[in-house]
Amino acid sequence: MPDVETRTHPGARRPDRTRRVGSGGIGLAVHEWGDEDAPPVLLAHGGFDFAGTYDVFAPMLAERGYRVVSWDQRGHGDSDHAPLYQWEADIRDSLAVLQSVTDGALPVIGHSKGGSLMTQLAASMPHRVTAVVNIDGLPSKRSMPDVQDRDRTKLLARDLENWLDHRRRAADAERKPGTIEELARRRARMNPRLEQGWLEYLVTVGARRDDDGWRWKIDPSLRMGGFGPWRPEWSLYRLVELAVPFLAVLGTEQEEMGWGTTVDDIVPYLPPRGRAVQVEGVGHFVHIERPADVVEMVVEHLAPVVAT
Amino acid sequence: MMLRHNKVELALWELRAGSGRPLLVLHGLGERSDPGLVPGTDAWPGPVHGLDFTGHGASSVPPGAGYYCEILMGDVDQAIAHLGPVTVVGRGLGGYIALLIAGGRPDQVRGAIILDGPGMHGGGPSPTTPNLLRPEQTGATPDPVALVELAQDVRPPDYARTFAWQASALSGLDTAIAVAGVNRPPWLAEVASQPGVVETDLAGALELFASV
Repeated sequence: MPDVETRTHPGARRPDRTRRVGSGGIGLAVHEWGDEDAPPVLLAHGGFDFAGTYDVFAPMLAERGYRVVSWDQRGHGDSDHAPLYQWEADIRDSLAVLQSVTDGALPVIGHSKGGSLMTQLAASMPHRVTAVVNIDGLPSKRSMPDVQDRDRTKLLARDLENWLDHRRRAADAERKPGTIEELARRRARMNPRLEQGWLEYLVTVGARRDDDGWRWKIDPSLRMGGFGPWRPEWSLYRLVELAVPFLAVLGTEQEEMGWGTTVDDIVPYLPPRGRAVQVEGVGHFVHIERPADVVEMVVEHLAPVVAT
Repeated sequence: MMLRHNKVELALWELRAGSGRPLLVLHGLGERSDPGLVPGTDAWPGPVHGLDFTGHGASSVPPGAGYYCEILMGDVDQAIAHLGPVTVVGRGLGGYIALLIAGGRPDQVRGAIILDGPGMHGGGPSPTTPNLLRPEQTGATPDPVALVELAQDVRPPDYARTFAWQASALSGLDTAIAVAGVNRPPWLAEVASQPGVVETDLAGALELFASV
């Protein structure tokens, strides 16, 4: 078998340039598409994804005259596995990437967790951001079953125990190996609306081939779910503070990785220059299901702040 | 001795030898384990241990930081994996972590005592203005980034209450938590008013949990 197995996917293009940026001791893999002299935009991926999940969307946006800069978040893709993972640390990492592109401000785009990160970056550092596009990245309510307090205590206790057990094992944890097809099928559980061919392509980008099979590169100490004092509505409090043009892009179809947020949830918190658009018949990965439509919305949204 | 929590090395100190259930002392924000840190532990009948949290004392500094209280709860759980069931006593930040682990491992924590100390308030009950600026990490402890991040960690009273409920409901103890300090930040005022929580002094709390 060859050392490196690659797959192709219609419209997918690996980054034109890849480099590394340090963020407080963590090395981040930064990926760029498009002319280096074109106006830059920053593109943040979602949790458990990696910059390569933009391999169709990013080059399509670059073709419209942008330098599209994305990065693998700490612990994801080809970036370093960190001892600790935390919301503000991810935002600081995004600032390090932004700083590697410009001393000034630029537009930011993010999907899911990346959208929420970019919205908070804009609220925390308003002088560094000229516009925000948030693709299904606005949690509005806790995805917690409506149960009695006593049952809730038991549910949380189980979550906590599982999490602590996971932390006890984290030092020795490894991702499960498999074939490209197996890893793609595993990923399909989180991405049920995406084609198997696309997911297999993603394996060849976001996984590495060991002697006993392919493994996702993501840090095995990272885990879905979790708990903490964080409240979904806190993101919305940041949203309403923004002064820059803001666009929320939502799908209508609820699925595993989505937050179930609707336009009605967002409207009360839209900032003065904000709007929310719902794309019919699409799930959480709007930019993967309808890349051309989302690129069109982004280009239109950025036109007032970027001269391409 | 050193324990491992994912990529972080944690220092667990035997502050006083003995037999029976250990008392595990958790320091406050920016502090480190020290035999004199909590006067009054002489009254504890068993051994006394102290844990240096991530980025504190002789524990390692995680490059890139990203501290939050639940991770420190995981630090304590590594100590419990080594020591077995313990009674915990914590100062300030360590008191909040004592509450979290009492709710997280209700069958392993035989009483949690919350004392005044640095880091008692955390970042308050809800988020304030976000601030991304951080000092440089030098590798020395306490990690200055830990001092900043753990001072911003939000502590909603109803979140803290959940841990008190779990400790009370699942530990099998009549009293699972003792509040033995003066300060009552919002999270602790809420905890102190819950069933299964007593307000007393350190001596009374040690006596209570020694008899469990």
